[in-house]
Amino acid sequence: MFLKEYFGSIFSSIKSLLTGMKLTGYYFTHHNKIITEEYPDNRAALKMPERFRGEVIMPHDEKNEHQCTGCQSCELSCPNGSIKIITKQEIQPDGKKKKRIDTWVYHLDMCTMCGMCVEACPTTAILMGNEFEHSQYEKKYLKKVLNKPGSRLKDGVE
Amino acid sequence: MKTLLSYSFSSLATHMHNWLKNVITNDLLLTVTELVIIGVCLLVFLILLAFFLGYMERKVAAFMELRLGPNRVGPKGTLQIVADTVKLLFKEGFTPDAADKFLFNLAPGIIITTALLAVAPIAYAKGFQLWDINIGVLYISSVSSMAVIGILMAGWSSSNKYSLIGAMRCGAQIVSYELSIGLSLISIVVLTGSLSLNDIVESQANGWWIFKGHIPVLISFVIFVVASTAEINRAPFDLVEADQELTGGFNTEYAGMKFAMFLMAEYINLFVVSAVAATIFLGGWMPFHIGGLTGFNHIMDYIPSSIWFFSKTLFIIFIIMQFRWTFPRLRIDQLLNLEWKYLLPISMVNVLLVTLMAIMGWHF
Amino acid sequence: MLLGEEDHFNEEGEFVINIGPQHPSTHGVLRLKVWLDGETIKKVEPHLGYIHRSIEKMSESFSYRQFGYITSRMDYLSAHMNNQACALVVEKALQVEVPARAQVIRIILCELSRLSSHLLWFASAGLDLGGVTPFFYAFREREAINSIMEETCGARLTQNFMVPGGIITDLQPDFQKRIKEVLKQFKDNYHEYNEILIGNVIFQNRMKDVGVLTREDAIALGCTGPVARASGLSCDIRKHYPYDGYEKIQFDEVILTGGDSWARCEVRMAEMLQSVHIIEQLIDNIPEGDIVAKTKNVIKLPKGEFYQRVETARGELGVYIVSDGGSTPYRCKYRSPNFSNLMAIPHISKGHKIGDLIAIMATIDLIIPDIDR
Repeated sequence: MFLKEYFGSIFSSIKSLLTGMKLTGYYFTHHNKIITEEYPDNRAALKMPERFRGEVIMPHDEKNEHQCTGCQSCELSCPNGSIKIITKQEIQPDGKKKKRIDTWVYHLDMCTMCGMCVEACPTTAILMGNEFEHSQYEKKYLKKVLNKPGSRLKDGVE
Repeated sequence: MKTLLSYSFSSLATHMHNWLKNVITNDLLLTVTELVIIGVCLLVFLILLAFFLGYMERKVAAFMELRLGPNRVGPKGTLQIVADTVKLLFKEGFTPDAADKFLFNLAPGIIITTALLAVAPIAYAKGFQLWDINIGVLYISSVSSMAVIGILMAGWSSSNKYSLIGAMRCGAQIVSYELSIGLSLISIVVLTGSLSLNDIVESQANGWWIFKGHIPVLISFVIFVVASTAEINRAPFDLVEADQELTGGFNTEYAGMKFAMFLMAEYINLFVVSAVAATIFLGGWMPFHIGGLTGFNHIMDYIPSSIWFFSKTLFIIFIIMQFRWTFPRLRIDQLLNLEWKYLLPISMVNVLLVTLMAIMGWHF
Repeated sequence: MLLGEEDHFNEEGEFVINIGPQHPSTHGVLRLKVWLDGETIKKVEPHLGYIHRSIEKMSESFSYRQFGYITSRMDYLSAHMNNQACALVVEKALQVEVPARAQVIRIILCELSRLSSHLLWFASAGLDLGGVTPFFYAFREREAINSIMEETCGARLTQNFMVPGGIITDLQPDFQKRIKEVLKQFKDNYHEYNEILIGNVIFQNRMKDVGVLTREDAIALGCTGPVARASGLSCDIRKHYPYDGYEKIQFDEVILTGGDSWARCEVRMAEMLQSVHIIEQLIDNIPEGDIVAKTKNVIKLPKGEFYQRVETARGELGVYIVSDGGSTPYRCKYRSPNFSNLMAIPHISKGHKIGDLIAIMATIDLIIPDIDR
């Protein structure tokens, strides 16, 4: 009885070990199952999903116009304080003074890509971009101004 | 074609010897020169072999793990291991403050020396052997068990608690598994009646022992492969290193070239045990012969004997690598259980069976 | 100078080693002080606090819309469940009804992250025991799940998809197709996990009869999740205190009575299949409708105390909020599953070997940032 158990355990063990070796042997001979992606080489073909949150961007149209009214909802909704909006008073053609953004400062180094500023924005002036290669040699390069120089608010956006 | 096939290491060696004899007349000087040349050739060969095995291990592991493996340095990543060696060369040969500095720096040397010593009696091709010692099997098994000294030395002198535990494990492990290795080698020694590796290879001219010796020799072969995997501290028996438990075990404190020497010793040891297994059980450089079929045997003889030897060795190396990349690690008590409750009793009974077989002449 | 006997041993002649805070198998910065007798463990003492980021204190300065996002950084493998717990506690306080579509999507995503979390457990359990290959087999499927998360939620780990009242955006168009692909891939490859690791005799011997946690101890130590269920304790929040419509879904609570590491492995392997089962029930029945209930722009919770628990991949996560009626929590407290589960380690690893301690840590499946918060 003891011998039966003894040899039974040996054979079942060898069987389980051979099952594992069969699997690794299968993958050793089937190179088409390899899942590695060669990242810097496949950069051209690499397509991030549309929703991927890589950084905050402010789209400008061809007339260099953005949609940010400077309402500061994003600044308030940001949990990390990575957005700072500096506004100015701008005299409109009809003579009225209106609040417009001067600089839209984005601290990429503090951003956690939670996307809450984009959610809070009432005019969809900011979006999450797909760019993810943010590495820089110095931290100062991670402080960005999102509104382009000379840009202005698109007409009709309030 | 005929000349190409008859070209072999042995004829090259003979030519070298004759040429040197003409140049150097002093007998002693001639011997020393030849020894130095052999030593340098062997070292270069082993370093290249360690490079190749390092590359092979990475590729084998990668393919089994659905990865590509090294593929940046050189074509298909072949020079990756060279780049790594250069990196290790440039690293600081650091000795910890609290370490026993003499033993700490001696240990890698001891380990690599024992690894190199065991290479001596291996027959690489027909008539090409560095040292045809008549107790080759005994020599290899005794020299390879000396590796434990180096590992204990490294573990103790590092003055690191993890290293110490690793060294302690090593003592228990190598001493235990030595027994099974010896017994499984004895089963072939019994059948052959000789301890010389050359004689053992010659005895397989009409068929390799693994085919001639029925099931008992097959069992010895399996036990030898398992026990030698444990002897050279490779996964699943790598309790001495046990990265996940001991963060590197006995070589935790080593860096740079000293660490590279441990790595090289590991690969040389891997080559040695595989070469011994190939020699003892798979006929070494002996081509695949079937007793009686002269025509078939003649065709097999066309393949050079060194190719036979290295392909068999590489096959066993591959098996041992596959062990490493398939199985999880054993626990220390399970490791000793496996030896003392399974491998040792089975190999003892097996030796009896083989002896019976040898006396009755039941093998082919 | 070689370390003398007095340096290796403490006053009582015990050999003390520190496993961690930097150690390959603590999965983070956990420090276990271990008293050894040869290879045998006499005592284990966990030391915490190496990754304390004061998330609870930070939450006091966040609005009720903001405070959920940072919980993704606690148990980063159950980010959805953590976000969900925060959303649920606000909904409970405001008595907001979550739209049916949002509930179903929440459950699907939570079960997906449970699946991916258990896959990571499988991967790291193999790795901790020295088998590197299972890691890659499990990560192949996990990668597919992460891709879905990336396509749907915009991030792979810290998704921040659940907001008070529902979910942040609607699903992407081919969500259902992608989920079905992943589930098929998972089910086709499930047998490989058994072949490479779970069925392996070495793995089974390493796991069986190691670190036995009895039912009484599990209750006394406050263990939850797969750890407690392996000890025979029925503690699935999804069954006992259903939230977000779990009461309408057919699934089994996997309960085993072994209590050892092997039982914990089996519970997790079975829970993966249960998660697949739940997703399969829901994936073709996502109701149409709103994805988020209307809430005020600035959420203010009524004065009082609110508690909500959810079942994360590792056990019960409780969110306790004290509100003074303002727009930020007055006090926020997380009852994290890993903290309680960690306390089982000193108890169950006594008398085992060093290798067993690693196996126990692997099967308890700790996420260190969740312990310290």
